Amino acid sequence: MWKLLQIELFKIYRRPRTYIAFGAITAMIGIIQLGLKVDGKEYMEFVMADLSSSFQFEGNLLNGYFVCFVLLNLLLVHVPLLISLIAADMISGEANMGTLRLLLTKPISRTEFILAKFFAAAIYTLTLLIWLAVLALFVSMAVFGTDDMFVMKNYYAVQISADDVFWRYVGAFGFAALAMTTVAALGFFLSLFAENSIGPIVATISVIIVTTVLSTMSVPIFNAIKPYLFTTHMVTWKEFFDEKVDAENNVIKGTIENPDRIITSVIVLSIHIVVFVGASIWIFKKKDVLS
Amino acid sequence: MKTLFRLSLIILTACSLHLKAFSQDMMPLLKKVKEKLDKVNDYTASGTMKTDVAFIKAPIGKVTVYYKKPNKFKLKKDGGISVLPKGGVTVTMNNILNEKDFVAISAGKQMVGSFMTTVVKLVPTSETSDVVLSTLYIDETDNVIRKAQTTTKENGTYEIEMSYGKYLSYGLPSKMTFSFNTKDYKMPKGVTLEFGEDDKAKKEAAKAKKGKVEITYTSYTINKGVDDSVFSK
Repeated sequence: MWKLLQIELFKIYRRPRTYIAFGAITAMIGIIQLGLKVDGKEYMEFVMADLSSSFQFEGNLLNGYFVCFVLLNLLLVHVPLLISLIAADMISGEANMGTLRLLLTKPISRTEFILAKFFAAAIYTLTLLIWLAVLALFVSMAVFGTDDMFVMKNYYAVQISADDVFWRYVGAFGFAALAMTTVAALGFFLSLFAENSIGPIVATISVIIVTTVLSTMSVPIFNAIKPYLFTTHMVTWKEFFDEKVDAENNVIKGTIENPDRIITSVIVLSIHIVVFVGASIWIFKKKDVLS
Repeated sequence: MKTLFRLSLIILTACSLHLKAFSQDMMPLLKKVKEKLDKVNDYTASGTMKTDVAFIKAPIGKVTVYYKKPNKFKLKKDGGISVLPKGGVTVTMNNILNEKDFVAISAGKQMVGSFMTTVVKLVPTSETSDVVLSTLYIDETDNVIRKAQTTTKENGTYEIEMSYGKYLSYGLPSKMTFSFNTKDYKMPKGVTLEFGEDDKAKKEAAKAKKGKVEITYTSYTINKGVDDSVFSK
């Protein structure tokens, strides 16, 4: 199994296509960081406009923690598209090249084969997120400095002390890793049904777009299915950046306002992963591999 | 017609004399309060600040406050971002009493907490003054201001309540509470990218209400000099 995984990882990381996602993330983050460095003051005035009418702020509002939050807000919607480029190619790519049948002549079970492929896709997803964390968090901290972090919600604002932020990012990136692994599992599952990569990649992206639209639209008819859509839970990483307050409106440091939402989302996403991978194993074991 | 004109003239003259009398009555009291505050040329105070606004979750932070005569004032949070109501916190009692062109009107007596106070209304006579009206609640026993309400042209009305401890002899409070009006807060969902169901309690809290900032002073360093550069940063 370990050997199989190594082989799959070797195959992923030697392909130039793999690095498109790393390049795209680097370019997107670089552009946003440059924009905020040059014109961040105006951006902050826009974001803080409602509060600035009643309050004055002193301190480094546009700090690395805030910039990272902006980046994650903008990018975590698009990262699934980059993940699907690799995950949705895992089986269909082999079929396209005509190597799938050849691989299955080796003395390995189909379950091991599928699991090794999926774990390789999951590791790729993790490395992409680690790269994202390095650029979005650590580079932003180096370029913009650190200070308290302001999170603007629809109806309230949260000020998180600088010494209470970092662990929240560890949690948020950990959660994002689970959410993105769900996307990888979906792409991987769809890659079973085609003999070229384009179909599963487009299908994965389409599923994400449709379910994201359903998750975000405030239409009562969709409310019944929203809790079961993985895209509804993919944005729960934001819950790490909300704090509890006591009866006197004093912030309780080191707390999360709704930890139950995080737990629910972790369960729903994990179930999705298990179902997608389980279904992939079940279907692949019965599949008549001709290519 | 002539009688009516004479009557009007008499009433107007009587009113102005009455106002002047009130003004003169209150000046010695204000002078006593000011004399007490004038003992302080500068100070550096440390303490904690709590921002209590329904739609802001802010941590309690340590602050350092700098003051220098006649009206230099600076509040710095020791690490972190300070959120202060516009206009309010930086107004000291010295600011109010240093205004030269005002009319002081007595408005009776009133209890502030357990203290009987004399209520004095200060009406600026200068048209350029941002302050429209200040109401001071002066404790005549200790010659200190226990409460002040100020209405400004730009920043609305705010209230300052003060309690005193070991720096009472200098007229410096151990705790100040600034109460102010806030405007509605709402961020577009397109900016926050939060498309879930609205929390009704949070939505209600975001509507304009009173906010409070409490500063509790733990220590003062008085008349030891404060560098001007502190106020320019």
